[in-house]
Amino acid sequence: MMRALLAITAREFGGYFATPLAFVFIIVFLLANGLATFYLGAYFSMGQADLTSFFMFHPWLYLFFLPAISMRLWAEERRNGSIELLLTLPVPLTAVVIGKYLAALAFSALALALTFPVWLTVNFLGDPDNGVILASYLGSLMLAGGYLAIGSCLSALTRNQVIAFVISVVACFLFTVSGAPLVLEIFDGWAPQALIETLATFSLLTHFRAITGGVIDARDVMFFASLIGVFLTATVIVVDMKKAEGA
Amino acid sequence: MIEVDHLVKKFGDFTAVADLSFRVERGQVMGFLGPNGAGKSTTMKMITGFLRPTSGTARIMGLDISDDMLAAQRHFGYLPEGAPAWPDMTPRAFLQFITRIRGLDKAAARAAEGRAIEMTELHGVLDQPIDTLSKGYRRRVGLAQAIVHDPDVLVMDEPTDGLDPNQKFQVRRAITDMATDKAIIISTHILEEVDAVCAAAMIIDRGQIVAEGTPSELAARSRYSGAVALTLETDKLSAAQAVLKQVAHDSAEIVTRGDESTLHIFAQKGSEPGALLADLRARVGAAGLAPRALALETGRLDDVFGALTGKARPAPPSFSATEEGAS
Repeated sequence: MMRALLAITAREFGGYFATPLAFVFIIVFLLANGLATFYLGAYFSMGQADLTSFFMFHPWLYLFFLPAISMRLWAEERRNGSIELLLTLPVPLTAVVIGKYLAALAFSALALALTFPVWLTVNFLGDPDNGVILASYLGSLMLAGGYLAIGSCLSALTRNQVIAFVISVVACFLFTVSGAPLVLEIFDGWAPQALIETLATFSLLTHFRAITGGVIDARDVMFFASLIGVFLTATVIVVDMKKAEGA
Repeated sequence: MIEVDHLVKKFGDFTAVADLSFRVERGQVMGFLGPNGAGKSTTMKMITGFLRPTSGTARIMGLDISDDMLAAQRHFGYLPEGAPAWPDMTPRAFLQFITRIRGLDKAAARAAEGRAIEMTELHGVLDQPIDTLSKGYRRRVGLAQAIVHDPDVLVMDEPTDGLDPNQKFQVRRAITDMATDKAIIISTHILEEVDAVCAAAMIIDRGQIVAEGTPSELAARSRYSGAVALTLETDKLSAAQAVLKQVAHDSAEIVTRGDESTLHIFAQKGSEPGALLADLRARVGAAGLAPRALALETGRLDDVFGALTGKARPAPPSFSATEEGAS
């Protein structure tokens, strides 16, 4: 099973590089990262040797970049019919879902890793806390993992990649902002406090900020792990349901 | 061995497959015939575990596809409708992926890939992306994928669709070669294919079996079976019709191609086989017609297919003429 899973990951990962799109994606991602950090984040004028202004924008960049990766996971297989081949090979559905997901995660990890010049720069200019930076990179990867798991599930619902992209952006946005005061205020005053607190704990942003603060708390890691687990399970269920529907 | 056991598939109110049961033994090629939308592909999707049946099940080498899906899937190769593949991959990478997924070790995988490439004659295109290949090559890539692990059971949805006549011939020969130790189901709407490769055939319509038997048994159900074809110059047509009137054979179909016409004269039900031919031969000779050809016809599978699946040409009235244009 492991071997089949890795074969699927390798095939899927190779698929990203079959067209120049992957390179365009990575370049645009790096440019957007740079622009956000240096202009919006005012990296130089902050006068601080850390990467706060770099990681600060990741949730918002990921919001658009990661659904672009996850949208093809299942929608494309459905559109070109290869899903029929994939699901009639002797591989457990769970392995197919995880294998494909890991390829998307590996691809975004690669894009994230290629931001290393920012890390070199900050070390060249000053004396940052590299432990915090490492924690932040891990947090950023977990965040990406969360977005991709949501995107995987929504991609399984449709054969249209554009639809998969749009609903993934919306869903990821809701998960990102659910802890923001703006959202919580809507519920304030009429909804039970417990609901508001629950809602706030679902925010990717809250957990991401906790990690980029430099503390890898088990609760935050658990949050991302369960979020990914829930949405990959949901992906398995959606793909399996479509087998009965025949859609 | 494939056993299909009371398979039913409903999509909402629409019944795509209605209580289908049959078996295909090792060494047998079963032809699955039917018009588009008859339920051929849906049945194959259920046999291979891609679609879940509404009720009933299928067993591959005794393994239930619903309860024991992975074990069953190890035993078959499947060519889905339209031979899907990943368009960015090359045939070489694609076959390597399949052998890896199917758990062949390196040496066995290379040998298996080589054999599949040999059988489907893919040598020339191994390193071109699949989406740059012609339809015929893409179909052969799909075939190679289905046979690469030398499965006990082969399920192929329209394996020769989109191939040119030479390629069709090659694929049919490959299927016949493999048939000795495998149970094979192919779906097709090319009727000559059934004659060429299938030991048994099944015609399905609206999800139900409407006829089954060997291709020749099925063809014998045709109204052309035992009929006589009389071919002569078109200007002798009325003389020929006069002869037919004498023997009260009032059901005939006339096909005219330029200056040549063929009358298909149908035998009376229950008459002695060959009697009609002998009778006509004597009378046509006596009338001095000198036909270009006068011969007994064999049944036509397409006629049976048409009659059973409700897409038959209307039965020709007496001496109706079918103009097929000058050749």
